Amino acid sequence: MKNQRRVWFGVALIALTLLLLPFALSQAGTAWVRIANFALLYVLLALGLNIVVGFAGLLDLGYIAFYAVGAYVYALLASPHFGLHLPIWAILPIGAAVAALFGVMLGAPTLKLRGDYLAIVTLGFGEIVRIFLNNLSQPVNITRGPQGIAGIDPVRIGGIDFSRSDSVLGVVVSGPMKYYYLLLGLMLVIVLVNVRLQDSRIGRAWEAIREDEVAARAMGIDTTGMKLLAFAMGASFGGVAGGMFSAIQGFISPESFVLVESVMVVSMVVLGGMGNIAGVILGAVLLAFVPEVLRWTVEPAQRALFGKMLVEPEVIRMLIFGLALVLVMLYRPAGLLPSAVRKRELTQERTS
Amino acid sequence: MDIFVQQLVNGLTLGAVYAIVALGYTMVYGIIQLINFAHGEVVMIGAMVAFTVINALAAGSMPPLVVVLIGTACAIPVCMLVGYAMERMAYRPLRSAPRLAPLITAIGVSIILQHLAMLVWSRNVMAFPQIIPLTTYGFAGATITSVQLTIVGLCFAMMAGLAALVYRTRLGTAMRATAQNPQVARLMGVDVNRVIAATFIIGAGLGAVAGVMIGTYYGVAQYTMGSVLGLKAFAAAVLGGIGNIPGAMVGGLLLGVVEALGAGYIGDLTDLCRYGLGPEESCADGGHFILFGSNYQDVFAFVVLILVLVFRPSGLLGERVGDRA
Repeated sequence: MKNQRRVWFGVALIALTLLLLPFALSQAGTAWVRIANFALLYVLLALGLNIVVGFAGLLDLGYIAFYAVGAYVYALLASPHFGLHLPIWAILPIGAAVAALFGVMLGAPTLKLRGDYLAIVTLGFGEIVRIFLNNLSQPVNITRGPQGIAGIDPVRIGGIDFSRSDSVLGVVVSGPMKYYYLLLGLMLVIVLVNVRLQDSRIGRAWEAIREDEVAARAMGIDTTGMKLLAFAMGASFGGVAGGMFSAIQGFISPESFVLVESVMVVSMVVLGGMGNIAGVILGAVLLAFVPEVLRWTVEPAQRALFGKMLVEPEVIRMLIFGLALVLVMLYRPAGLLPSAVRKRELTQERTS
Repeated sequence: MDIFVQQLVNGLTLGAVYAIVALGYTMVYGIIQLINFAHGEVVMIGAMVAFTVINALAAGSMPPLVVVLIGTACAIPVCMLVGYAMERMAYRPLRSAPRLAPLITAIGVSIILQHLAMLVWSRNVMAFPQIIPLTTYGFAGATITSVQLTIVGLCFAMMAGLAALVYRTRLGTAMRATAQNPQVARLMGVDVNRVIAATFIIGAGLGAVAGVMIGTYYGVAQYTMGSVLGLKAFAAAVLGGIGNIPGAMVGGLLLGVVEALGAGYIGDLTDLCRYGLGPEESCADGGHFILFGSNYQDVFAFVVLILVLVFRPSGLLGERVGDRA
């Protein structure tokens, strides 16, 4: 009994912290609330990718393509470019569905492939999507090419406009703070879906496929359908995150969806612990804050020591990602917070 | 017809370079079944080192060919060192780990190399100095430059050299033995670790030369040039049958040709006006309504890769490996 009470106390504490966080952050500047929003976006992405990589064991290096699809769906349906201004509750499901369709399109031809081939094909897929976004401005202007789409509508729910500040009961709630709560809500939904999936029939089927596909098929699991489902679900979460990115930014261009971003999301999942929801969230938050921490430490330190910037924080960030991938795989292959099954799997010797 | 021959010539040139890079992938894959994701970055480093040396020497009075040779000679050992270091630090400790692990470290290594290169050479594009006088020859209605001829000739020479190494020397025999069965090779007295390291070093050396060639061909080098080139070369290796050395050569040449012809013709083929389907206002007076132009060139390699993996995972010359668990 006492133990359970302690758990509830912990949950309540985390919930309270998350709820009050934007107010604390906004004391330091609205920029920090925005940073928290991006961290949440990365958490959404990492949780989506975790379904594909962590649960089903399919390494997807083109995941950012689904983020891009979601972002462009939102931008096309709610911007002056086509003159469409659909509300968010209509766009997010469409974005998720279109992204899921892309997930199936990617999954279908690659189902037979073994892990490392799949990784390369997904990487190629991500590049193809970006090339198309860059070039689909001719002959019919769909994506506006490298110029990107600007003037994307912010989220409006009821009478609340997420781009403006409101005061509720005398407390000023800024636009980024509203997005924070929206993203937090979305994250809760996605975490819930993840948790429920993990212990469901589907989750166990994915785990079986990850461990041994042939054996899984022999046990009567529809491996084709299950793998496609993993792709579709992972992709749809990416699509939702992309839609939110569009709304928050107000401007998107193909440059936001480069390979490096895919690698970043993979790093988050790997660092935190593939297949473990808490681990993935930790990994995403840690790596999302790296660039900001660097901006506040490395830049002043360099200026103080050498009088000028020698190494851009951006480069250090990427070096940290690369090193994180290598070091985690060498010394802690199951991640910072390993899932029990995955740990067993990654530390045992390869038998074949 | 002229366009056809011209694109064929360009495609073969590019394809020869793809083939050399693809050899680096296929040799490593053949021996330890690892997709050395960072190989493209090795090629990039080769180009960058060579360009630095060439740019430094260009002002001098040495003949251009000697300058390029010195640049290449400096690039090869640097790349070999990089190749050896990454095998030693990132791949060897994971040799008995599940497949996903070395692949993830390979991505990490690739990111690290790319950004280290950016630190050393900055974001800027490095230009190749105008020191080689371009001679052009007419050939069946197309023109072929001396640089193109040199590249193709050099590539074939390197392929022949590699074939001789693999099929005629002790090291080559040891490599083939290790590829077939590392355990048994070890029992036969083959130092498996040394053979694997040698494979990486040879692949990296070839990559260095490929980097110099592609840099010279395009006239520029940049820290980002490795990743797409590496992907294409990987596609070439898969097309030929990964793990298969003649396959990489065939696959590289074929991919180069497919890409060049594709880029040359896709605009015409997807011009809806040709089929009477385009909107009238754009098709009037011989106008065009082109769905996909030549800027989709980079897509071909991936489409080829996906098609091969779906319909013939073993590639043109390889054994069936695409679905090996």
